[in-house]
Amino acid sequence: MQLSLTLPRRSSASVLLSMTHPNKELFYRQRALLRRAVPAGFPSPADDYVGQRISLDEHLIGRRESTFFMRVAGDSMRGLGIFDGDLLVVDKALPATHGCVVIAVVDGEFTVKQLLCTPEGQVLRAAHPDYPDMHIKPEQDFTIWGVVSWNVHKH
Amino acid sequence: MIQKPVIRRAIALVDCNNFYVSCERLFRPDLEGRPVVILSNNDGCVVSRSQEVKDLGVPMAAPWFQLKDMAKKHGIIAFSSNYTLYADLSNRVMRLLSQFSPEQEVYSIDECFLELTGMKELTRYAQHMRSTLRQCVGIPVCVGIAASKTLAKLANHVAKKQPGYNGVCNFNELPEDQLDALLDKISAGEIWGVGRRTSLRLQEMRITTALALKRAPAKRIRAEFGVVLERTVAELNGTACLELDEITPPRSQIICSRSFGVSVSNLPELEQAVIAYTSRAAEKLRSQHSLASCIQVSLRTNLHKPQEPQYQSAITVPLSAASDDTRLLCRAALSGLRHLYRSGYAYQKTGVMLSGIIAAAERPRTLFDDVAAQEKSGALMTTLDQINRRMGSGTVQLLGEGIRKNWAMKQRNMSRRYTTELNELATAHA
Repeated sequence: MQLSLTLPRRSSASVLLSMTHPNKELFYRQRALLRRAVPAGFPSPADDYVGQRISLDEHLIGRRESTFFMRVAGDSMRGLGIFDGDLLVVDKALPATHGCVVIAVVDGEFTVKQLLCTPEGQVLRAAHPDYPDMHIKPEQDFTIWGVVSWNVHKH
Repeated sequence: MIQKPVIRRAIALVDCNNFYVSCERLFRPDLEGRPVVILSNNDGCVVSRSQEVKDLGVPMAAPWFQLKDMAKKHGIIAFSSNYTLYADLSNRVMRLLSQFSPEQEVYSIDECFLELTGMKELTRYAQHMRSTLRQCVGIPVCVGIAASKTLAKLANHVAKKQPGYNGVCNFNELPEDQLDALLDKISAGEIWGVGRRTSLRLQEMRITTALALKRAPAKRIRAEFGVVLERTVAELNGTACLELDEITPPRSQIICSRSFGVSVSNLPELEQAVIAYTSRAAEKLRSQHSLASCIQVSLRTNLHKPQEPQYQSAITVPLSAASDDTRLLCRAALSGLRHLYRSGYAYQKTGVMLSGIIAAAERPRTLFDDVAAQEKSGALMTTLDQINRRMGSGTVQLLGEGIRKNWAMKQRNMSRRYTTELNELATAHA
């Protein structure tokens, strides 16, 4: 025989959780656990090991506010595994340092390239033998829009 | 006796510069430095202008058709308003700003108040806010800091208009005489809460500047204008009377009405539009966890074409029980529309308004409630909203809304929804 006990709609435990949890999502998940019927029979041996399913969103998007997606057009970055049609995860908050793959604005257009910081100035380098380095001249219309943190390629 | 140190109140107003234009430029860096305007629904009037357009003397709300020659001459680029994009970027800005203060009041899509009382080096702190927003979301903002909300608004106005302040104006740091000199240059009509009629009446009393209103005798203002303007005077004198509202109360009315792209005279097309608008309104209703008790439908012809026969009317249809079910709301709206409809007119606009709004948790229970049906409807609506949120709005809709929407708004120059639609992302050239 199984006895089951269901907590009332807004139990004192859930109120307590809501007060101590600034993280709403976590609160609801925990409340859901609390609301489950509790069997009085043999407990499931897996209950202590309940994990959260992996979320790519959480993994790939560090800062939700500063993360944007872009679509790649062209094959000049093949050498770094970035292909035509790939999805780029771009974080504007990341500092653009030597060696980063960046989204740069050159003459009003977005381009994805590797950033090199040399004593002679900044260089945008493609990852393809056919594309020469682009040396940024001081008078050129140039800004770094964001840093590419991941690219997603469909096989 | 120990005296408590007096801590000066510090409230910041953060306002995005030419917000809609800034949003468009974020994904169109080629538009930097070029004149850009954003047009209202149906491409009617100018609702946001870049600095270049302001410099050309184009006023806010100018009708676009009157500007066409000027636009050609100066190469003004016009966009239809892309509210999906603006709302997403606004949410990012507001969430980032909320990290700078324990209390935030989101006042509109592009401005919010922050409580900064007790914090040190506020001007530097505000500059840090600006650079964070610039870096993380790419939206430029100005910050005004003062001892009251009304003054913070004015400080923001100064920060925007006078480049010397570099985007941050802190009234609390200014000596009294300098502050007064600034207020002397701002007309009374610019003050938050002073409408056009009030400012005309103030003019008759020779109160034309913010400084004059600040110095006006509070008693006289109260006698002439009432307690609201008296409070404004106190706020101008640095006494905060208006607190930050952190939680926006659920809206007591939800309106969805738009002009048609082309005039419509047959009933089936009007029905499609009414179903579409009701669906949008019901979505908003559910997103704030509320139910509506009534739905009002309105219909009118083009008032700007007096040579055509004119007709306008509205009707309120009560629901048998408060609901958030799109199907029930649409049924009520359609019965209202059929009541209003007269053939032989060219209609220009229809709209629906949900009212009698209550929280879903407070749904009144009656003896005849079909609880099973209510639960089924709730589940269906939740699924509908989830699909439309995930796959893009309008993925699942009532068939009555129509597939080919001949009446739909004119939005000729809508930019892409760069942040909410996977197939409309910005392109990075490799």
